Amino acid sequence: MNDLLSVVDWSRAQFALTAMYHWLFVPLTIGLSVIVAIMETIYVRTGQERWKGITKFWMTLFGINFACGVATGLILEFEFGTNWSNYSWFVGDIFGAPLAIEGLLAFFMEATFVAVMFFGWKKVSKRFHLLSTWLVALGVSLSALWILVANAWMQSPVGMEFDPAQMRNVMSDFGAVVLSPVAINKFFHAVFSGWALAGIFVIGVSSWLLLRKRNVSAARSSMLIGACVGLAGMLVTFMTGHGSAVEVARVQPMKLAAMEGVYNGSVGQDLTAFGILKPDAAATPDDPMMFAIDLPKGLSYMIYMHGDGFVPGINDLIAGRTINEAGDTVYGLSYADKREIGLAARQALRDYAEASKAGDAAAMEAAAASVKENFEYFGYGYLDNPSDAVPPVGMTFYAFHIMVLTGGYLLLFLIVAAFASYRKSKLLERAWFLWLGMLSVAIVWVCSQSGWVLAEVGRQPWVIQDLMPTNAAISGIQASSVQLTFWIFAAIFTALLIAEISIMLRYINTASKSNIETHD
Amino acid sequence: MPTWLSKIVSMYVDGFRSMTVGRKLWLLIIIKFFLFFAILKLFFFPDILQSTYDNDTDRAEAVREALTNP
Repeated sequence: MNDLLSVVDWSRAQFALTAMYHWLFVPLTIGLSVIVAIMETIYVRTGQERWKGITKFWMTLFGINFACGVATGLILEFEFGTNWSNYSWFVGDIFGAPLAIEGLLAFFMEATFVAVMFFGWKKVSKRFHLLSTWLVALGVSLSALWILVANAWMQSPVGMEFDPAQMRNVMSDFGAVVLSPVAINKFFHAVFSGWALAGIFVIGVSSWLLLRKRNVSAARSSMLIGACVGLAGMLVTFMTGHGSAVEVARVQPMKLAAMEGVYNGSVGQDLTAFGILKPDAAATPDDPMMFAIDLPKGLSYMIYMHGDGFVPGINDLIAGRTINEAGDTVYGLSYADKREIGLAARQALRDYAEASKAGDAAAMEAAAASVKENFEYFGYGYLDNPSDAVPPVGMTFYAFHIMVLTGGYLLLFLIVAAFASYRKSKLLERAWFLWLGMLSVAIVWVCSQSGWVLAEVGRQPWVIQDLMPTNAAISGIQASSVQLTFWIFAAIFTALLIAEISIMLRYINTASKSNIETHD
Repeated sequence: MPTWLSKIVSMYVDGFRSMTVGRKLWLLIIIKFFLFFAILKLFFFPDILQSTYDNDTDRAEAVREALTNP
């Protein structure tokens, strides 16, 4: 059992490490591809050669990031087959189909038109080159779409039926998988957060150029584009963030309770804008915060758009307790009820296997019907205690609040940067503002990573919501082999990151010593 | 060779020849792919079910056993 826990923990750590490294590169690729396309559009529309030089400067930075990030996501697929074989089999073609489309359509689209982007300046017409740049941007976003559809399905499994003979899920409704509200919110939230991140990146690099008084005109023009794209991205990120919270309340209420550190929910639930959880918060469920700044009824407003909605806390969800619109306390399915259902589904699967061996078609049919009837809470059969159904509250709470607070700061910064760039304000000559621009580059990555920590830690213990907990998804492998590959990955990805940062910094430094606007 | 094909080939050939930062990036990509596919995938990341069992029926049975008798 200890070895199983160790394999689960190391495999989770390894997946988290590789996913987080992968996500260092991806949002910059998504956002910078759009910014470069907009810059090139200005060049083609105005005919000003300076915009060609500016486009090429940022396109090279895009290329460095693209080259460093490409294929880092493949490692995650390796891990599915090795560390998470039960999961990989269980999800069937649900996960495979979107990933295959991603590989065949989007990646090849990117790969083809990236070549035209970099090699085609003097080989194809201006308009075809511009089209290629936009197609790269589109391809990058389409890649993200399929990955996010697969991830959204794990958070809210829809559009499938479980086949007890194959022991895997079979897609029954492709549209339901792709167009699930969770997938749509997740796609726009992630893609537009990439725009915000890349906008801040452009502002940060431009700030450095302005501080060094190099290529001032190009830096100011770049900052305006970066600020506008970043601001648009951040506004959509906030809007879809609200949509995501509403979806979390619907399909993952335990995650919402952990995000806000709510143990005992209430009608008109406050939203904690900033707070510090007590170390033993679960022991004082009515007062889990050491310190908090609350927005009265804020959480109810956020979820229901009115202040009288009941938001269940962790203890309410375990007890199956809710308060209806009439103000009466009513009980639905508790943790214990769901566990019984999960155990019944598992027993039915055993019965199905035995009936299959005996060749008893009637018993197989009855067992399959029982599996179907109880499948909704199949995963609860693997949990031993009510606390097993609760994600790590501290990490979920802080990841959410770090994401929102840094996101709020970045929104304000982008508004100021967009205004200052548009009005050619003296602010762009103030060293403190330019230093803030560079510091914001680090902050936006913290914000972006926090979002994924929230999404993935907050859904624990589920690898597939309510259907499969993490400890059932694991392969029967040795913990030591996972530990070894964990450290190999840590070394490789750290080297890649150092390579990316050093190549980028060297390029920015070298290229900016001459006039970017006349680069050809 | 058709004109359109020779244009594409010349785009790639000239593009690779005139690369500056790109040379380092291609080297990085080649090293990365070698590490990922020739070392990690080959020696450290076998597909457990594919490599242990011969057919899907056996794989399904293995997963059934793992999930029904954990």
